[in-house]
Amino acid sequence: MIEIKDLHKSYKMGSNSLHVLKGINFNVEDGELVAIMGSSGSGKSTLLNILGMLDEADSGTYVLDGIPIKNLNETKAANYRNKFLGFIFQSFNLINYKTALENVALPLYYQKMPRKQRQEKAMKYLEQVGLKEWSHHLPSELSGGQKQRVAIARAMVAEPKVLLADELTGALDSKTSYEVMELIQNINDQGNTILVVTHEPDIAQMCKRIVHLKDGVIVKDEKVKQVRAKVNV
Amino acid sequence: MFDLERWQEIFDTIRKNKLRTFLTGLSVASGIFILVILLGFGQGMQNGISYEFEEDATTEVEVWPGVTTKGYMGLNPGRRIQLRNENYQTANSLYSKEIEYKSPLVFVNNVSVNYGKEALVYSVRGVSQDYQFIENARLHEGRFLNLKDMTSTGKVAVIGKKIKDDVFLDVETPIGEFINISGVLFKIIGVFDEREEREEERIYIPVTTAQKVFNGADRISNISYTLPKVDNFDQAVAQAVSFKENLRSYLQQAHTVAPDDTSAIQVWSALEEAKRYFSLIGNIKFFFWFVGICTIIAGVVGVSNIMLIVVKERTREIGIRKALGAKPWSIILMILHEAIFVTAISGFAGLIFSMAILEIVGPHVQVDYVVNPSVNFNVALATVFVLILAGTVAGFFPAWRAANIHTIDALRDE
Repeated sequence: MIEIKDLHKSYKMGSNSLHVLKGINFNVEDGELVAIMGSSGSGKSTLLNILGMLDEADSGTYVLDGIPIKNLNETKAANYRNKFLGFIFQSFNLINYKTALENVALPLYYQKMPRKQRQEKAMKYLEQVGLKEWSHHLPSELSGGQKQRVAIARAMVAEPKVLLADELTGALDSKTSYEVMELIQNINDQGNTILVVTHEPDIAQMCKRIVHLKDGVIVKDEKVKQVRAKVNV
Repeated sequence: MFDLERWQEIFDTIRKNKLRTFLTGLSVASGIFILVILLGFGQGMQNGISYEFEEDATTEVEVWPGVTTKGYMGLNPGRRIQLRNENYQTANSLYSKEIEYKSPLVFVNNVSVNYGKEALVYSVRGVSQDYQFIENARLHEGRFLNLKDMTSTGKVAVIGKKIKDDVFLDVETPIGEFINISGVLFKIIGVFDEREEREEERIYIPVTTAQKVFNGADRISNISYTLPKVDNFDQAVAQAVSFKENLRSYLQQAHTVAPDDTSAIQVWSALEEAKRYFSLIGNIKFFFWFVGICTIIAGVVGVSNIMLIVVKERTREIGIRKALGAKPWSIILMILHEAIFVTAISGFAGLIFSMAILEIVGPHVQVDYVVNPSVNFNVALATVFVLILAGTVAGFFPAWRAANIHTIDALRDE
């Protein structure tokens, strides 16, 4: 699903150049649930941004489901993001004046889907994350866990090839974190490919594979025995 | 523009950000409102001043004598000048081509006027048959003086409507009644009305009769003229000025007055006066436009300010939208669409509100020199479009900037 070869990325900080990614090689198969671990500054967020086409690598190749991702302009990147990728953020990033349903339906708006159809589909995904009754509430009326579920529904609604989650449990307590992870595992069980960036080992253990990143290189890439979140709840 | 989905998206945003939208709209609507009201009053002043000048024929030129202030050709200063029939006739034949209506004026002073036993305190003037047109007097009933009255020194009088209303209450019409002026009976043949009551308090008798009956000999007090109308205002003023100068120099020669002694022969031209007023109106209108345009500029600055804040406030939202697949142009169009919609609606609201006020209140304005303030609808409409355009331009740059912020940075914005 994802093929990355020799990815380099550096940032200019004044006269200095900060080499963040130093040749990443890494493949993700269809249906995998991968955790990317590393301390801050290890380059894991940069890697996720490049995978999410929010940023572009200096060199190296990135192929997503057989499509080479290169020479992106804003419009093209927006198109790919909309069709191929679903984002889940640490701070949820819901639009605060839109209801849960409208937030979930937003990616479909940018696919130019008619309003009625959009709302039906958004409702279906809200139901999947167990928030059907909350569909007409504003984000400010939802708890942190509920907000993240709405965000997950929003990431899923466009039926992307890959879900990218950046510290998705970072703002949640451990009980809520496990509930959210359970949802992620269920989604993965349905065959969706998911990448989770985290620095919490217990969250990483709930994935099927852990990639350790340190100082811009992959130091360890291991398959692990998945810990089901449900057991911990 | 006609994307229904985007309209819904914008209505959602507006509905959920009422205060912000209201404040933006208010600054636009008040700008338009102030401009329209100012322009309306500018027009009202122009109407008012034109109205004041319609009272007498606008091309009127009047001559009256004074006292010399300079010695000339061996004559002492302080000499009182007296106009005479001869002056009037000579001037008429000299400038016959330039004159439309003409009338000498004899003020009949120190006479008592009686109707029956009632003493009337109204001025009596000897005038010619043309005087009706010079004064723009309308005939209420009967007729005005005519040429036959002049040649036959008829003892007839035309009175103002106010006199009729004040004195002739008991009779159905004053026509045919007699008034006694210093022992001589004059038959009333007509009643005229004027816009100003003051000018209705006059009794007109034939100038020839006035001279003959009241020991006037060939003396006349004033001479009034009107000049033929010319469409072009500047040309009309030029014509009036040249006529005025010619007339003055003839009368100065005839009475041996120094050419630079303006107080001996005074000539007044309504057009010159009008020109001063019209240039005053021009200046006032210019001032109103200036204030109005400054108001609009303030409105535009207000709109762009609010747009800047709106975009700043929505940076994170824009980042989210971009992460979800919004293209830069769709972000720009969304913000612009909203800006245009809000400025247009509030601009038209301000326009309609101010036009309604002018329409309703305007005709009832009872102030000197302000009549029926109103505004040219097209001008007002044009300003609304200018404002919308300005709002668009003002909204575009923040929108453009917002759309080009790196998505990661936009998402990080708090």
